[in-house]
Amino acid sequence: MTAGTLALHGISRRFGEHAAVEDVSFEVAPGELLALIGASGSGKTTTLRMIAGHERPDAGKVTLDGTDITAFSPQKRGFGMVFQHYALFPHLSVEDNVAFGLEARGVNRSVRRERAQRVLSTVGLERVGPRPIQSLSGGEQQRVALARALVIEPRVLLLDEPLSNLDPTLRRSMRDELRSMLRTLHVTAVFVTHDQDDAFAIADRVALMRHGRILQVGSPETLYAKPASRDVADFIGRATLVDAVDADTHAIITIGGVARKVGAVKASTSPPFRKAFAVLRPEALGLVDSKTPGAWQGIIVGRRFAGSGFVYRVALTEDLAVDVASATGTVGEADSVGVIVEREPVALVPA
Amino acid sequence: MSRRWLSPSLPLAIPVLAILLWAVVYPNISVIAGSFADGFVHWRRFAASPTDREALSATLIIALGSVIAATGIGLPLAFLLTRFDFRGRKTLSAIATLPAALPPLVGVVAFLFLYGESGVVTRVIQDALGLEKAPWSFTGIPAIIFVHAYTMYVYVFLLVSAGLERVDTTLHDAAAGLGAGAFRRMRRVTLPLLTPAIAGSMLLVFMSALGSFSAPYVFGGGVRVLSTQILASKLNGNTGLAYVETTVLALSAVAGLALFRWLERRRSYTVSAKGAATRVVVRSAAGRFAAGLLAVVLVTVLVLPHLMVMLVSFARDGAWTTQILPPEYTLDNFRRLATDSELWRPIRNSVLMALVAVAANIVICFVAAYLIVLRSFPGRRLLELLVAIPWAIPATAIAIGLAATFNVHDPKTGRFILVGTFWILPLAYFIRGIPLVATAVESSLRQMDPAIEDAARGLGASWWMTVRRVIVPAARPGLIAGAMLAAVTAVGEFVASVVLYTHANRPISVEILAQLRALSFGTAAAFSVLLILLTLGITIIARWVETRFTRGELGEVPAVGA
Repeated sequence: MTAGTLALHGISRRFGEHAAVEDVSFEVAPGELLALIGASGSGKTTTLRMIAGHERPDAGKVTLDGTDITAFSPQKRGFGMVFQHYALFPHLSVEDNVAFGLEARGVNRSVRRERAQRVLSTVGLERVGPRPIQSLSGGEQQRVALARALVIEPRVLLLDEPLSNLDPTLRRSMRDELRSMLRTLHVTAVFVTHDQDDAFAIADRVALMRHGRILQVGSPETLYAKPASRDVADFIGRATLVDAVDADTHAIITIGGVARKVGAVKASTSPPFRKAFAVLRPEALGLVDSKTPGAWQGIIVGRRFAGSGFVYRVALTEDLAVDVASATGTVGEADSVGVIVEREPVALVPA
Repeated sequence: MSRRWLSPSLPLAIPVLAILLWAVVYPNISVIAGSFADGFVHWRRFAASPTDREALSATLIIALGSVIAATGIGLPLAFLLTRFDFRGRKTLSAIATLPAALPPLVGVVAFLFLYGESGVVTRVIQDALGLEKAPWSFTGIPAIIFVHAYTMYVYVFLLVSAGLERVDTTLHDAAAGLGAGAFRRMRRVTLPLLTPAIAGSMLLVFMSALGSFSAPYVFGGGVRVLSTQILASKLNGNTGLAYVETTVLALSAVAGLALFRWLERRRSYTVSAKGAATRVVVRSAAGRFAAGLLAVVLVTVLVLPHLMVMLVSFARDGAWTTQILPPEYTLDNFRRLATDSELWRPIRNSVLMALVAVAANIVICFVAAYLIVLRSFPGRRLLELLVAIPWAIPATAIAIGLAATFNVHDPKTGRFILVGTFWILPLAYFIRGIPLVATAVESSLRQMDPAIEDAARGLGASWWMTVRRVIVPAARPGLIAGAMLAAVTAVGEFVASVVLYTHANRPISVEILAQLRALSFGTAAAFSVLLILLTLGITIIARWVETRFTRGELGEVPAVGA
C-alpha cells in the first residue's frame, strides 16, 4: 500500500445558517494515524465526510500528495472508509462484502476471492468468508468493515467512530489490535472519535475540534501537558483551572491567601498572558499535613477509589475544589489537609 | 444532508414527477374544471337535487355506521385473541383475516348467495319459521353496513392487534402494582396507548366505506350513495353533474385523510416491546364454553362466504330456483371458462392488464421511493404527496378523472384518447397501485443504513452499480410485497373498471356482474373462485420469489470452519 499525504486547507461547510465546519486545516503524513476528537456536534464527522468526498466543502480544498482532490467524487478518490454502524451490505456474504470494491474495479472473480481472503486473514477472520453478515458478532463485523476498506489498498483510510459500537471489554482489545494492524499496514489514517482514551491509544497525533473549528493539533502528550486553551484543558483529561499570574517560566497561584510559585509551560512561546489560568491535574498535586508551611489549606469533601490509587476532592475555598491523586487512602472525608504542587511544570492557558 | 452533487437526483426526479403529475393530479384537475364548465350551473343543480342530497347523507351514514360496526367487531376480537387463550383460538386467529382475501365484488356476490332474498341462510330461516316470505329483504343501508362490517373489521382487528402486541406488558403490571383495577387499567393505560391504532383503523374504515361501490351497487335497492350516483349521472349523460359529485366525494376523502394525518401527529407513542404479550388462559367452565361457542360461530360466519362461492361455482346455471341449496352439480362452469373464448377473454384481459400496471408500478414506484428516502432535492415533499394521493381518492373518482381527461386527442396539453382503448384500465390500475408499491418500497429503504450507499460509492462503485448491487437488494422485500398487493388489487379491480371498461377489455369482475345480471349464478361463482385462486397464486409466487432471491444471494451456507 502506498500511503499518501493528506492535507486540508481551510475547509468550511455550512448547513443553512449553521457553520458545521469552519476554516479547518491540518496535514497527515504518510503512514500517520490522526484522531479527530470532539464532543458531538463539533463538526468532526462532517470533516471526515468532506475528506471522503461524501460532502463537498463550501470553501477550502483537500489535497492528496499535493493534488487538489476537492472536486473528486468518493469513487474517484479511492479512500477506504469504515462507517460508524459499519454499513455492511446485509444481502451479501462476508467475502462478497469485502470483494465489493474490487468488483467495482472490474477485478475478475478468482482474483477477487483470493485478495478478499488475504485481507480477511490480516484481520483474523480467514474462516468466515462464506457466512452471511448477520451471523457475525459486533467485533467481527467491525473487522469485516475494516477488511472491506483495506482491500482496495486505499491511499488514505477513514474511520468514523470505529469502536463506539463495541462493548467496553471488546473495545479495549480492539483498540490495541486496530493500532497494531494500522501500524503494520503503514496506512495513512484519519479517525473520528468522541472518546479520548480511544484517540490516545491509537493515534500518533490528535486534532481537537469544537464548534466546527480545530482547537489544537498535536501528539496526545502535547495536548495533555501543553493545552493551547482553556477549552482544550477542559476537554482533555481531568483538570481544575485556577487563576494564576503568568511570570513567563513561572506561575504564581494564590488560593485562600496563600501564594505559591510553580514552574509553568505554555503551548507556544508568547508574551505573558494578561490573565491566565493554571491547569491543575490530579496527579500533579499532592496531599500533605495541614500544618505544612506554604501549602494550600483544604477539607476533604469526596473520596473515590480509582484502581491504582485514590482521588480526593478537596475544597480549598468556598467556591474552589480540586481533585488530588494519592497512592494511599489514609485520610477520610472531612479531614483537614494541605495541598501542594508535586509535579512541575504546570500548564498555563490564557483566560 | 446535501449530497446533490454526488448522484443524479433531478434527471430522475423530473420524469417521475412529470408522470405522476400527469397521471395523478391532472385528471383530478380536469374533473374540478369540468364541474365549473358552465359556471356554477352544475353545482346549483347538485345543491338543488334531492337525490344528490340523499346520496350525500346516505354516504356519510353508511361510512359512520361501517366505522361503528367494524370497530364493534374488530376491537373486542383483537383483545380476545391477543389477551386470552382458549380452545379454537389458533383456528380463529388464522381465519380472522380471511375476509381481506376476498376480491371486493366476490365478497358481495357471496353475501347475495347467503343472505340475499333467495339466499341460503335466508331460506333456511324462512323454512324453519314457516314464513310466507323472506324474513328480511337484504337491501338498503343496513345490508350495505352488514357487508362493510364483514370486510372492513379486518383493518381494525389487524391494527389493534399489532398495537396490543407492542404494548409493554410491564406497563400493565406497573399499573396493577400501583393499585389500579382491571377497569382502570383498561381506561387509563391500555386504551390511551392504543389510541393511535384505534383512530387510524377507524379512519381507514371510514375512507374505505366512503368510496365503497360494490356493496351499494348490488345491495343498494333504492338507496343511492355518491359513488353509485356518479356512475348513474355519467351513464345518463349528465357529465357535468357527475364531475360535481366526483369533486364532492374526493374532497370528503381528502378531508378524511387530513384528519387522519393530524390525529397521527397529535398522538403517537413509541412503546418499546419488552416481554411478549402474555395470554390469560380461560379456565372457568362457563368461560370456556362461551369462548368456544363464540369461536365456532365466528369461524362459521367467516368461512361461509368462501364456501358458498365454491359451492355455487359447481351449480348448473338455471337449475337453482326455489330450493335451499343448488340441486344439481357439474364441472361445466369451469370447463366453459377454459373453452368458451368469450368467457376466456375477461380472464386474459385481467391478467394482462394487471401485469402491465404492476410492471409500471415497480419501475416508477422504485424510483420514487429511492428519491424520497435517499435523496434530497427540491420537490421531494411534492413527490411524497403525489404517491400518497391515489390512496385518498376513491376509485370511482380516479376513474371519472381518467374518463374526463383521456377522451380527446390533444398532445399539446398531454391528452390522448385512451377511453375505449386497452390502455385506460391498466392506467387506472397503475394509479391505484402507486401508494401500495411506493409505501412498501419506502419502508424497506428506510430500514437500510443510508451509509451503505456512501460505502458503496466510496469503494468505487458507479451510481448504476450501487443501485443494482445495493439499493435494489435493500428495496427487494418492499418491491415484492408491494407488487403483490398491487397485482391482487389489479386482478380483481371492479370499481374503476365498471366506469371505464369496454366490451373488448372487460375484466373478470365486470364479467361476474354481467353473469349475475343474466342470472347465470354458477358461471359468476366460477369466475369468483377463479379470482380467489388468482389472488392465492399471486401470493404464492411472491413468496417463492422472495425465498429464491434470499437463498440465491448468499448461496449455500456451509458449516463454520468448513
